[in-house]
Amino acid sequence: MPLIKNGAFVEDRFVFIPEGQAFPDDGGVMVSLARFQSERDSIIAHHRPVCVRLAANENPDVLKDDLPNIDAIALEFPIFRDGRAFSWARMLRERFAYQGEIRAVGHFLYDQLAFLMRVGFDAFEVRQDFRIAEFSRAMAEMTYVYQPSVDRRKTVMQIRRGE
Amino acid sequence: MLTANRLLDGEVVYWQGGDWQPDFAAAEIFDEAEAAKAALDAAQAFVRDNKVVGTYLFEVRKEANGVAPVKEREIIRSLGPSVRRDMGKQALMPVPPAAAKPVHETSPPPPYPEEPDVSI
Amino acid sequence: MYRYDEFDAKMVRERAQQFRYQVERRIKGELTEDEFKPLRLKNGLYLQLHSYMLRVAVPYGTLSARQMRQLARIARDYSRGYGHFTTRTNMQYHWPKLSEVPDILELLADVEMHCIQTSGNCVRNVTADHFAGAVAGELEDPRPICEIIRQWSSFHPEFNYLPRKFKIAVSATKEDRAAVKYHDIGMEVITNEAGETGYRVFVGGGMGRTPYVALEIGKFVGKEDILAYLEAILRVYNEYGRRDNIHKARVKILAHQLGADEFRRQVEVEFAEIKRHGTLHLPPEELKRIEAYFAPPAFEDLPETAPEFEAAVKADAGFAAWTRSNLTPHKAKGYAIATISLKTIGQTPGDASAEQMDGLAQIMEDFGFAEIRVSHEQNLVFPHVRKKDLPAVYARLQALDLGAANAGLITDIICCPGLDYCDLANARSIPVAMKLQERFADLERQHELGEIKIKMSGCINACGHHHAGHIGILGVDKKGVEFYQIQLGGSGAEDASVGEIMGPGFGKDEIVDAVERVVETYVALRAPGERLLETYRRVGMTPFKNAAYQEQMYAAY
Ligand code: SF4
Repeated sequence: MPLIKNGAFVEDRFVFIPEGQAFPDDGGVMVSLARFQSERDSIIAHHRPVCVRLAANENPDVLKDDLPNIDAIALEFPIFRDGRAFSWARMLRERFAYQGEIRAVGHFLYDQLAFLMRVGFDAFEVRQDFRIAEFSRAMAEMTYVYQPSVDRRKTVMQIRRGE
Repeated sequence: MLTANRLLDGEVVYWQGGDWQPDFAAAEIFDEAEAAKAALDAAQAFVRDNKVVGTYLFEVRKEANGVAPVKEREIIRSLGPSVRRDMGKQALMPVPPAAAKPVHETSPPPPYPEEPDVSI
Repeated sequence: MYRYDEFDAKMVRERAQQFRYQVERRIKGELTEDEFKPLRLKNGLYLQLHSYMLRVAVPYGTLSARQMRQLARIARDYSRGYGHFTTRTNMQYHWPKLSEVPDILELLADVEMHCIQTSGNCVRNVTADHFAGAVAGELEDPRPICEIIRQWSSFHPEFNYLPRKFKIAVSATKEDRAAVKYHDIGMEVITNEAGETGYRVFVGGGMGRTPYVALEIGKFVGKEDILAYLEAILRVYNEYGRRDNIHKARVKILAHQLGADEFRRQVEVEFAEIKRHGTLHLPPEELKRIEAYFAPPAFEDLPETAPEFEAAVKADAGFAAWTRSNLTPHKAKGYAIATISLKTIGQTPGDASAEQMDGLAQIMEDFGFAEIRVSHEQNLVFPHVRKKDLPAVYARLQALDLGAANAGLITDIICCPGLDYCDLANARSIPVAMKLQERFADLERQHELGEIKIKMSGCINACGHHHAGHIGILGVDKKGVEFYQIQLGGSGAEDASVGEIMGPGFGKDEIVDAVERVVETYVALRAPGERLLETYRRVGMTPFKNAAYQEQMYAAY
């Protein structure tokens, strides 16, 4: 799937390795949380970079001690209405100060891109025919924001106060 | 009968001869479940074309002065709000619906509908 | 009242454009109905029985004359000449076309209004006491904090895809006119021992299928911390609210399952985190800045009453009755709070025509009223009327057919749109409300019966707050035929309680008689000065039930 990062299409560093399938000799891998937990030591030692893919009901809290060893975290949208990942991403950035990639995967919409960006996602797996112009449009739809968030954009309140 | 709402303005529409139209009285009545199912399948083309949304079948029964839906919900959809006779489809009807369809306002509460003569 | 600055103004403009693009994509087929639906809902747009329905936010129920005129114009041009005020103090238009909605949003933006988050699984329109800023005994006007919450919740990036809808209300008096304990979050303005004002925060109230009175979670939250505290609650809910079952997805289920102590503990953990970041801190100067917008008008120094007022009370029995039911004491001498009943007998409760809305705006301009309020009881309120102006205001209201002297009385029925309009309904509610109003139309009898709150919903979603009615009526569907269940003993006020179901439903031609027998039972049993609610609480369900079902046992089917 095409991957957008920093506002442009980029090469995907990770290959998803389904349950039970052997790891390739080199190259980045994406694994489920269960697989990461069961083969943690060998993955960290031999299969980097690694991206752990969390289902919507998996709280990233369980990874907090391993975050320095994880290069990316993919948060899954089973359906776009399931908004848990918005909180997970924010928690990763703010509470755990996670610096790696946070990638949105699964079913999310154009209309959610700006929100996703605001809560700390920086990579997006998009459908084949998605155009980069759409991405830029989504980012530009609303000029101002009312809430402080991960993106540290100045809020309307801060602008009003001349901060 | 088969019904939906038009995407652009939300108007209630009924299936008739392979297309949608807004008039309840002109709607196609299916006596056979199979024919009804076939129409419902055919109607999906209009959903895919973004012409209508929310297609479904509902039951009607034959009455002295024509056909009426079994459920109150469909009676109201076919006419307009019962508290505003000047709104909705009923506003365009030559005969005031209260007279045309006594089933609404004045009749005593029917016992459980027995379903003798139910079509879709 | 609050005025948009350039930032707020730009937000609602861009929002209109954003929605225009969403509509375009839907019509072209780039969005499926399943994808479009949550997007249009976040903009208050439903597809109902006969047409689309657009819900316009009236934040904390406050409108200016200019806004009222614009609502009239939109009703005239896009909704066949009328609109409906809801129990969330919003305005609903029943007849717009999908392609016209972006234009309506532009018209709303022209007068600093919008439809943002009036539906969908996000934080909804914040409501407040409709007498805010006018009533005596208020700690402070709750609307400034409501405006701050409106801004904080609008386009909140983290909380726009919650498990379910989320409603917040704020009250600042001992009497609770905002039904705070029936909200996902209810806030009560209080003072602590140190004399500082802050908020007591309740979580997990709600109606619907499983009604709950909210739990006290925050005993005292300081003003500067309130946004952080709200954010903490929302985060706990977003993470752990159920998403597998729509009927169990509201925060009330989570809060009552965890219990107040555990829910509070989880909130405190998040709260500490958010505070550590410090970014959501609400500076006192910012609160002051917003408060300045809500400063009351400069009240004149008037005598307690006015000769014009006293004379009219003596001369006009109709006016006298109206003053008894529709006026509330004002905090300033010589002023009154006037409730405008939208329950004129023979009209749909909560509906207003474009002419009535224009007429109200005209009254506001002629008498210099800066604002009008929408109450969750589906009435309107002029918050600051000089007593000497009351006879003239009343005459003008009467000319608009808005002079009903029934506020708080048995014909002041809260009633959702029900099966006449609503796609989710099981039964009609408006015709039943209208028949009840006719039955109890006699004004003397109404005043003699005193405060009786009848609240009616056309389905279990409880938009008509039937759980909180002294007499609650719920429409149910039995194989396509409408039936009506009675509940007794509910209250949405400071003595909040959930009504008790009496038993099987009544047919649509039996329900009015059944309610009348309940009311007659109250008259027979009441102690001096007792309201129906109190009599019920004293004697219990049995006598009412026996009376209601008298000849109606067959109704049980
Ligand atoms: S209570 Fe039910 S019928 Fe009434 S407006 Fe709400 S959803 Fe519709």
